[in-house]
Amino acid sequence: MQISGAQMVIEAFIAEGVDTVFGYPGGAIMNVYDEIYKQDKFQHILNRHEQASVHAAEGYSKASGKVGVAMITSGPGFTNAVTGLADAYMDSIPLVVISGQVPMFLIGTDAFQEIDAVGISRSCTKHNYLVTDIKDLPRILKEAFYIARSGRPGPVHIDIPKDITAEIGEFDYDIELDLETYKPHTKGNPRQIKKAIEAIAKAKRPLFYLGGGIINANAAYLVRELVQKTGIPAVETFMARGVLSFDDELLIGMLGMHGSYASNMAMSETDLVIGLGVRFDDRVTGKLSEFAKNADVIHVDIDPASISKLVNADYPIVGDVKNVVSDMLEQVEKIDSNNYESWRETIINFNELHPLTFHEDSERIKPQWVVKRVGELLGDDANISTDVGQHQMWAGQFYPFTRPRQFVSSSGLGTMGFGFPAAIGVKAASPEKISINFTGDGSILMNVQELMTAVEKKIPVINIILNNNFLGMVRQWQTLFYDKRHSETDLSVQPDFVKLAEAFGGIGYRVKTKEEFDAALKDAVEKNIVAFIEVIVHRMENVMPMVPSGGSLFNMMLLEKKGDK
Amino acid sequence: MTEDNQRRVVSVIVVNEASVLSRITDLFSGRGYNITSLTVAPIPESKYSRLTIVTAGSVRVIEQITKQLHKLIPVLRVYEHEDMVEKEMAMIKLPISENLSDINALCEAYNGKIVNAGENTIIAMVTDEPKRIDNFLNAIKRYNPKEIVRSGAVALER
Repeated sequence: MQISGAQMVIEAFIAEGVDTVFGYPGGAIMNVYDEIYKQDKFQHILNRHEQASVHAAEGYSKASGKVGVAMITSGPGFTNAVTGLADAYMDSIPLVVISGQVPMFLIGTDAFQEIDAVGISRSCTKHNYLVTDIKDLPRILKEAFYIARSGRPGPVHIDIPKDITAEIGEFDYDIELDLETYKPHTKGNPRQIKKAIEAIAKAKRPLFYLGGGIINANAAYLVRELVQKTGIPAVETFMARGVLSFDDELLIGMLGMHGSYASNMAMSETDLVIGLGVRFDDRVTGKLSEFAKNADVIHVDIDPASISKLVNADYPIVGDVKNVVSDMLEQVEKIDSNNYESWRETIINFNELHPLTFHEDSERIKPQWVVKRVGELLGDDANISTDVGQHQMWAGQFYPFTRPRQFVSSSGLGTMGFGFPAAIGVKAASPEKISINFTGDGSILMNVQELMTAVEKKIPVINIILNNNFLGMVRQWQTLFYDKRHSETDLSVQPDFVKLAEAFGGIGYRVKTKEEFDAALKDAVEKNIVAFIEVIVHRMENVMPMVPSGGSLFNMMLLEKKGDK
Repeated sequence: MTEDNQRRVVSVIVVNEASVLSRITDLFSGRGYNITSLTVAPIPESKYSRLTIVTAGSVRVIEQITKQLHKLIPVLRVYEHEDMVEKEMAMIKLPISENLSDINALCEAYNGKIVNAGENTIIAMVTDEPKRIDNFLNAIKRYNPKEIVRSGAVALER
């Protein structure tokens, strides 16, 4: 079939089953937008900033498990999108991001809106392409989708010069991909798996350390089965929230810098770490030399470079978590869950000693209460996105997650401004669920322009702004480690969030009491349009427990017991 | 050289395509790895090129380097050399007024010779193990070399 480069992009999207594209047009990508105008196979959502387009594609991908697609123009369109690419790269989110480029004959001349896009995206994508010949375009499009979703997923960027999108060429999407240099290893080594099972059977205090890779691999329900059949307690990373249901008795909680006391103590006391789809991030491990000091380590991951990168794996297993866990399940009868009875009791004692909780305040709402309350009122009916900061950690700690892909947050890169556009993408992917974005008074102002996108496309994201008039997480560190010098974190000067939402055609609420909050949330759900619920919360609340940066997991700052003050 | 900072030679077979070299060098700079020397040339009658990278780092760093290299999409194979033949070439420009027979004798000790003579200068060339090239360059100092160029090492596993 002889078609233009721009048509090839559209045909590839259709062949890949793309139903939603997020983007923003501009000079160099106009040929493709002209073809978007002519088709009706997928919807295009016009964000109001290219960064938001990529975050929306991330949210869409995380909620649906499909490859997210974003489209932007050259120069500033592309540079605006870089934060999103970096975010997706850190969190292993499969995306295909297509940017326009100046025509081939202008490349290298400092042309209008020219930037070396592939030069910039190289270090923050799984792979990237500059298309220099129309003959390569069909193959590149197909490879991009394949590379994005296979192996350890990640963003793939394709930069297409404007003359290539205009040129006519032969399009055949049924080509066999021949990627001799890229063959992800998906099947775990059976001997290693057998050894791992034997190690688990012998261990006295084994611990599952569950990571986001499980969700990427669609392995959460198999992992639930493995946890249940072995009776081995589990901790989750922030990325893994929802792998186990919050009410699973074997789920201890989240570990790491703001993990629960019991989770961090379990990790410190275990004699065998069973890491599934994890990467031993510094926010999880704290001081490496003290991390799980007395334990052997089983590490299952699809990315060989993640294994023994930071913590030496005694039982390295390279493979897709889903395959490996299903192989493990075949031998699960070798493991006797009764062996871990006293270990489970130890953990219950940890939990009773310092449960994950907070103290209510008679004057102002506590931010943790808001998260818990949304959980009580909406629970499984909501998908949760967050921005970055204190509210993000409270969402991770206190929301009762019941399923994988319920929780979307910028974990590795920690991108403020992620939440709102991501929640738009989440809603586009699963319209049957309520899309909540927990955000702060700092984060929401980054990408606040997405109110317009949500109003135009009738995407009813409910943004719950936990307003403490501070850049709260930085303020917390300043309070704790910088002798209370709150440098540039006081956000007392603020917009009227209610009017701000209304100015775009959304709905706004300002609430100061629990009753007002319940009413506002109920109303927002019923109104079914984009909403800001600004909750005036306690200003100086800290996220606890906390492992100070570089400290050992077992040396936590803990919530003061009531009456300690 | 301590145990923590070993010299290592890594060969990388890559698809010979645009910007593949940048992918490799970006990886080294972005992750804070060393490049002592790097050579690259196409492999005849194939679509691949071969890079030889001399680097240094702890065992863990070297392991990460090979894994991260392998993770790059256009990388076909990574060899972390254990038992190899390793050679490097150097060329030296010297004043023609120096003692040419001494220079020639010195070059011969390092598999080399004088390869060019002009009005005022000569160029000598040697090929040997990198460590021996170091020695040669020390020895040649007394003949007032004007310019020195080293090719970087290439290696083949035995």
